[in-house]
Amino acid sequence: MKNNRAELRKRGPLTDTQLLMTITICIFFGMYVLAMIIWGGGFLRPQKIFDMLNDNAALIIVACSLTTVMICGGIDISVGGVICLVVMSCVVHLNAGGSILTAALLALGIGLAYGLVQGFLVAYLEIQPFIISLAGMFFARGMTTIVSVEPQKVAHEGFQKLMESKIEIPWLGYVAKKGNLVPARVEIGVVVALVVVIAIFLMLRYTRLGRNLYAVGGNSQSALMLGINVKRTRFYSHLISSLLAGVAGFVFLMHTGAGNATNATGAEMNAIASSIIGGTLLTGGVGNVIGTFFGVMTLTTIKNIVTTSGLRDPWWQSITTGAMLAFFIILQSVVLSNRGKRKKAQ
Amino acid sequence: MENGTVLSMRNISKYFPGVKALQNVDFNLRRGEIHALMGENGAGKSTLIKVITGVYPKDAGQIFIDGYEGEVSIRSPQEAQNHGISTVYQEITLCPNLTVAENMFIGRGEYKTVNWKEMDKKAGALLDNLGIPARPKQQLGSCSLAVQQMVAIARAVDTECKVLILDEPTSSLDDKEVAMLFKLMRDLKARGVGIIFVTHFLEQVYEVCDRITVLRNGELVGEYEIENLPQVELVAKMMGKELEGLSDLKAGERPANTGTPVYEAAGLSSSDARPFDFRIAKGEVNGFTGLLGSGRSESVRAIFGADRVTGGEVKVNGKSVKINKPFDAMKQGIGYLPEDRKRDGIIADLSVRDNIILALQVMKGFFKPLSAAEKEKFADEYIKALGIKTASADTLIKSLSGGNQQKVILARWLLTHPSYLILDEPTRGIDIGTKTEIQRLVLKLAEEGVSVTFISSEIEEMLRTCSRLIVMRDRNIVGELNGSELTQEHVMRTIAGGVE
Repeated sequence: MKNNRAELRKRGPLTDTQLLMTITICIFFGMYVLAMIIWGGGFLRPQKIFDMLNDNAALIIVACSLTTVMICGGIDISVGGVICLVVMSCVVHLNAGGSILTAALLALGIGLAYGLVQGFLVAYLEIQPFIISLAGMFFARGMTTIVSVEPQKVAHEGFQKLMESKIEIPWLGYVAKKGNLVPARVEIGVVVALVVVIAIFLMLRYTRLGRNLYAVGGNSQSALMLGINVKRTRFYSHLISSLLAGVAGFVFLMHTGAGNATNATGAEMNAIASSIIGGTLLTGGVGNVIGTFFGVMTLTTIKNIVTTSGLRDPWWQSITTGAMLAFFIILQSVVLSNRGKRKKAQ
Repeated sequence: MENGTVLSMRNISKYFPGVKALQNVDFNLRRGEIHALMGENGAGKSTLIKVITGVYPKDAGQIFIDGYEGEVSIRSPQEAQNHGISTVYQEITLCPNLTVAENMFIGRGEYKTVNWKEMDKKAGALLDNLGIPARPKQQLGSCSLAVQQMVAIARAVDTECKVLILDEPTSSLDDKEVAMLFKLMRDLKARGVGIIFVTHFLEQVYEVCDRITVLRNGELVGEYEIENLPQVELVAKMMGKELEGLSDLKAGERPANTGTPVYEAAGLSSSDARPFDFRIAKGEVNGFTGLLGSGRSESVRAIFGADRVTGGEVKVNGKSVKINKPFDAMKQGIGYLPEDRKRDGIIADLSVRDNIILALQVMKGFFKPLSAAEKEKFADEYIKALGIKTASADTLIKSLSGGNQQKVILARWLLTHPSYLILDEPTRGIDIGTKTEIQRLVLKLAEEGVSVTFISSEIEEMLRTCSRLIVMRDRNIVGELNGSELTQEHVMRTIAGGVE
């Protein structure tokens, strides 16, 4: 018996969160290696990865915010709208002579305001998060056009410098045809995104709030019985989500440098897709931002592969994204239901 | 408070609008004992538990806890916990997606960050100490229900509880798991924890408990040492009948009907019911009896295909058929009036008329709707025939009284002209007049050749209507009573079983 128990303790099965994340990471690397073998070229250069990161820094951040709310059992589809509103407000503010610092504070302020209102409505008035964030999305899109109907470019010199400043990593560069070394270039937004990923990871794993998010998402009734303040936890999940959406808006602007009422259209859906591919369950309680990060990368790689293989029409990307999402959801439900069966069989 | 008592409740009363849920109930729990709290539905067990745990405020009475001067007041589950009272509920109130260790420690005390290493170590030590076969890092959902239950207990124990309340912890466990749980309970008892054990499995009470408190209709029946209360007397106390003088209540003189069987099942089992054999003849009225949780409802649900059928041979009118879902049963002419009228019976927001024609419409298929005239005719016919008191056929069923709602559900099935009708607790919670009407109706149907299975918690009622009684205990059929065996005393002895 004693022996038996020691044996049991040595290696336990992974938790659902760990298992789903592992699957995603394996698929991502498998796919990427496959792409390197088949198409070589761009895929062999580290810059390919950095390009994917540069283009998707904002998406990584909102995917983290979606993961956070989804773990808590909620949903927030207002993030795309918030990004759009933040981008336009910051552009107008910068062009009106504002500083970068105040623009950044403006971005955070809009996110904070959204988080406070949506969090309050969801947590304390117990309104469906889907509905309230849907309203939030329309509201943000509408507000964007009030801020400015016309698309606007950032004319602020300092900001333009910030946009163009890139971190160069020579040893990950490559030698171009002319013989000169082209270093790998990483935008500042990517650094922000990675910091967000790590911060949210640590928050989810090691803080009381983080664990409470999992508990509430897993079973809110039980969480209440275990002495967790369910309402406050829900409130914080939305607060974090909207705040990150504000950050994502600022990062988005650093990448594009222009405000437009159609900015970040569908960003929330891409974020949800990435979270799910990364192993977050819509039902709550299971998920991880490391998985989400790889979810974004998996989706982007697929899109890259599709374009590289010659299917350049935009609809092919949608089709593959859809197929990919369906594939992962089916995979997840098969894996999880198998686990359930094994448990019963014991 | 006498020495060695850890929890003492005196003259506890609790009223709900129109109901006296608890009246002057005393309850005493000693240190290091397992104390069974027994009673049938509505006896006040859960109300008492909820008063102890601070879910309900008490209306009168006093609570004393060892170590606290004078009377204590408990206003919330949190306060109960602070006073050393922990509860483990029937449904597991832990988070299946978290690890075992987390479930033991989350939400307790003040902390900002989680130290996984230390938490796993503490959890591991506690699990070892209590002999619970789980690992700290394991996801709770991957453990069996019994182990999850035990983790909940471990959490309770670690909060240094003096009183541990186990509210029907064994109802979803198998024998081996129950044995594991009992071992843990005895361990805790040896450590001086007072355990309140709520269950409706009699055998289990006699296996682990030291004392029994019986409640009935919100009143204290008594507190007994287990060795002074034989099982059959316990049943009598729970049901409120003294053994003496029961014998002269004779059942109606109806011989068991041995005619052609309408329905036969061999080894029928479902996700909730253990395999059983059963047959019923044309025009026969039989009954399933047993205490709550004995498996009587689960068995009839298996017959109707309401739960997932897992095995067995079924014959209807001598022909082999498969009944896997309610619709299969309906096609074979079987009707089922469910136990829980509000949840499984009525469709609250439909009119009386629509509730009546529902089963017939389903049988015909929704692509051949009944005409408005037909609906009108059927509804009026049965409202009159059963004397349903309703303003009109258009009235929403939820505004009717319980007895009238029940009649509507009966009408729903009668309209399909079933050859076999199952009535699970058709008379619960309805007035005495309607009760007798329903009983008379059952007998009339039998005369017309309809077979009826009748379930009721009231034995007299069963004796008046049934010509054969199938007795269940702890989810098994333990006896079948006919003719002269149909007396209250005999039925109770069979329900209580072996220990005299």
